[in-house]
Amino acid sequence: MALKLTDLKSDFHNDWCPGCGDFGILSAVQMALAEMNIDPSRMAVVSGIGCSGKTPHFLNTYGVHTLHGRSLPFATGVKLSNPNLEVIACGGDGDGMGIGAGHFVNSGRRNVDMAYIVYDNGVYGLTKGQASPTLKLGMKTKSLPLPNINQGINPLMLALAAGYTFVARGYAYDVRHLKDLIKKAVQHKGFAFLDVLQPCPTYNDILTKEYWQGEGLLDAAGRPMPRTYKLDITGYDGVVKTDDVGEMEEKIKQAMMKSFEFGDRTPIGVFYQNERIPTYEERLGARMPTYRDNPPGEQEIAGQDGRPLATVQKLLDELRVN
Amino acid sequence: MERNDFSWMIGGAQGSGVDTSAIIFAKSAAQGGLRVYGNREYYSNIKGEHSYFRVRLSKDQIRSHVDTVDMLATFDDETAVRHAWEVRKDGAIIYDPSLGSNPIENIQTIEANVESRLYSKLDANGLPHTVDGVLEIARRNGVHIYAIPYLELLKKVGEQVGETSLSALTKMTNVMAVAASFALLDYPQDEVINAIRKQFKSKPKAAEMNVAMIAITYDYVREKYNGSFGYKLRTIPTTEKRILLRGSTTIGMAKILSGCRLQTYYPITPASDESEYLEAHENIDLEVMVDNELKSMKGAVTVVQTEDEIAAVTMAIGGALAGSRASTSTSGPGFSLMAEGMGWAGINEVPLVITLYQRGGPSTGLPTRHEQGDLRFALHTGHGDFPRIVLASGDLEEMFFDVTRSFNYAEKYQLPVVHIVDKAMANSDMTYKMFDPSLAKIERGLLIKGAVPGHEDGPFDRFKETATGVSPRPAIGTKGGIYWNTGDEHDEKGHISEDPLNRDMMMEKRMRKLDLAAEEIPLEEKVHFFGPKDAQITLVSWGSTKGAILDAMEALNAEGLSVNFLQIRLVQPFPTDYVKDVLSHAKKVIDVEMNYSGQLGGVIREMTCVPVERYIVKYNGRPMSSEEIYDAVKKIADGSAPNRIVLRNGA
Repeated sequence: MALKLTDLKSDFHNDWCPGCGDFGILSAVQMALAEMNIDPSRMAVVSGIGCSGKTPHFLNTYGVHTLHGRSLPFATGVKLSNPNLEVIACGGDGDGMGIGAGHFVNSGRRNVDMAYIVYDNGVYGLTKGQASPTLKLGMKTKSLPLPNINQGINPLMLALAAGYTFVARGYAYDVRHLKDLIKKAVQHKGFAFLDVLQPCPTYNDILTKEYWQGEGLLDAAGRPMPRTYKLDITGYDGVVKTDDVGEMEEKIKQAMMKSFEFGDRTPIGVFYQNERIPTYEERLGARMPTYRDNPPGEQEIAGQDGRPLATVQKLLDELRVN
Repeated sequence: MERNDFSWMIGGAQGSGVDTSAIIFAKSAAQGGLRVYGNREYYSNIKGEHSYFRVRLSKDQIRSHVDTVDMLATFDDETAVRHAWEVRKDGAIIYDPSLGSNPIENIQTIEANVESRLYSKLDANGLPHTVDGVLEIARRNGVHIYAIPYLELLKKVGEQVGETSLSALTKMTNVMAVAASFALLDYPQDEVINAIRKQFKSKPKAAEMNVAMIAITYDYVREKYNGSFGYKLRTIPTTEKRILLRGSTTIGMAKILSGCRLQTYYPITPASDESEYLEAHENIDLEVMVDNELKSMKGAVTVVQTEDEIAAVTMAIGGALAGSRASTSTSGPGFSLMAEGMGWAGINEVPLVITLYQRGGPSTGLPTRHEQGDLRFALHTGHGDFPRIVLASGDLEEMFFDVTRSFNYAEKYQLPVVHIVDKAMANSDMTYKMFDPSLAKIERGLLIKGAVPGHEDGPFDRFKETATGVSPRPAIGTKGGIYWNTGDEHDEKGHISEDPLNRDMMMEKRMRKLDLAAEEIPLEEKVHFFGPKDAQITLVSWGSTKGAILDAMEALNAEGLSVNFLQIRLVQPFPTDYVKDVLSHAKKVIDVEMNYSGQLGGVIREMTCVPVERYIVKYNGRPMSSEEIYDAVKKIADGSAPNRIVLRNGA
């Protein structure tokens, strides 16, 4: 039976600020999941801390609202325990690239088959607007007493360097385009990173909805020119198609160069995709032939009366001395 | 003269085969029916620093080491000068005569303070600052000194087997020290050869070279030192099937048995050995009942090395949410990083097992040395109040079966369990009667997998208030079981809630589970009591001091000083009534612990209001010996010592 959008909505009260970019992301997630028709009980949405961290509560799937910065290892644990589940992690840029930066980088090394959506707004919203990792040097959003003293991270570049096999960017208010990107990220075989430009209407008065829609950037006819453009319509192709390492390196370089474009012309879409790198589950399966068909979370471990199914007699016999 | 109890030590630079030779020594003896207790001491270093291994043998059950050494086997200069002092009168030191004239100042790895201590002893005896000088003091103290010209004998082996490479030959030096030891003890050569063949079963060439070496060493010792050493070591025929077990292996194996299917870890001494064992044995054997017939099948344990301990604990929690029995193993610094994750598991009622290998703290502390300094921390890890179970094993057999108990507690009461072990147990080797794994029983509590019966649609009340505090728990992926987890206080479905009435209900629901655990867990899992019911002295302790305490207790009781011992295993929920009853009726209570502050003593006072006023403590990183405990108990018993004795033995 096809899923309806309402099947994916929980009845939990949403307390995001009016006009928050998070609403766009939530809608896109719900639309994507409905279109993919994934059984909500076979799915987990795992979040960190912050406004974005509340996302799972608004979705009618298994929800895991974790600790600040730790959505990825929690999500990895769920997925490796049962690779037959669909797992989506989400969190803010502070959650993922500040306090959780170590997990962000190392998750790239593993390439677990799941998707990670970053709500990228340059501020720590829920603690009232401190500068977060993607905010550029010298920017002074209205909640900051002084301009940002740190440089901003380039999340796409960081993801590429870390080994993510799907790197994309979306925009929270282009919900249809974002929905397509989320579907691609979820369907990607490997770890997909999706950075979403997400205006925070309360604390980031620089990277606003109006800014992204072209306020102050007018064409010859005086019309505002949107600051985002879609990569695919420019003929850009980030997909690796062969096992040739040279091709992979070229595509990574191309994506890295593209990731420098930010501001008046900011690309959105898929920067890089490579399904030829084995997933972590495939690597585990190569070592443990029973892993895929009988994963940790689904294994029966006890028989009747609690008798352990595992036998360690051989291992004990190896230690026999007489 | 035959001895019931013999203490042997071998030492050398890390990476020179000290461990291997000690294991060969232990196996040779165990094969012959002797009981073995071995423990390893080493620096936080890869190669070059000094390490040593002590092996104690007996015809009776032994559970700890003794400080005095009956035979010291050395093949380098450092071991001789460091440990010659520990050898008892009539004992023996085996050394390489070509190193005798080596000046102590040339031994780079000896610390300046150790060096000056050696010099003052040598100066007082008018002896040179050399290996020979130190050995001369030992000789004057009645120790037999046996020179074994390793290189000369190895060349002879080379001639016999046609091996000309000196480096291939000198690789056998460590095992030659073992062979020389057994030859001096007149122990059957065949037992040593058998152990060698087993040890090198994948390297037949090395095995045969070692066998030739053993014969040449035995011949040399017989000819040169025939019968000069007073002790003889004899085999003791036994029909009991025995194993030689190491602590870290014990827990790894027990996790396989107990159904742990996801283990996460970040490398840390001394915890990682267990995870590596699991990874090496990740494809496991199952016996599954199919159509009333037991069929052999394969399964797997997934081991993930994470980027840090925060990832290790949170990944294990994720695994547990999705239905795995999941655990992580760590040591002090890593456990500190797990504090926040543990609180999350607490508020979300996730069954999580953390195996905590204590080592010397605080901070990096003594990373390769022993301590029991984390009891208070394990009881209070994380902010806020949440229920947890803290279980402390006292020896390798307890460790084995406590792993299953830990997972059972975690799943039955849906909370984090800290299973406390320590460096001394992780790095000790001991003979046991073959374990019976069928004694282990798995209990998974109110876990639901597949589909929630009678509930197909709509969110599930995962955190439903119940009389016991325990509610049905669907694994993620269960049909009809959708619910939410959050580190925030939450309602029965798992949604964030700051409502004060809900808060009270949830806090009380969670904490109530501890009352249930306290009621259901049998007394024999909570405490062990040893010795006469009424005694002049009652020792109370927890963890690996058990072995040394039992050995000391036997000796003291044999002498007529009556001593009993209360071992506390379950520290949370605390067996308050039982402990209060025992201690308030005891004549003289002494708390014995490997930490500065007597952490258990404080917990006992807090929980029972019984003051613990006498302490035997130790915190120099080296495990307590039974002799130290024996001496200290005697002093406290006769009133010749203050109420707090600090033990300081160990090199």
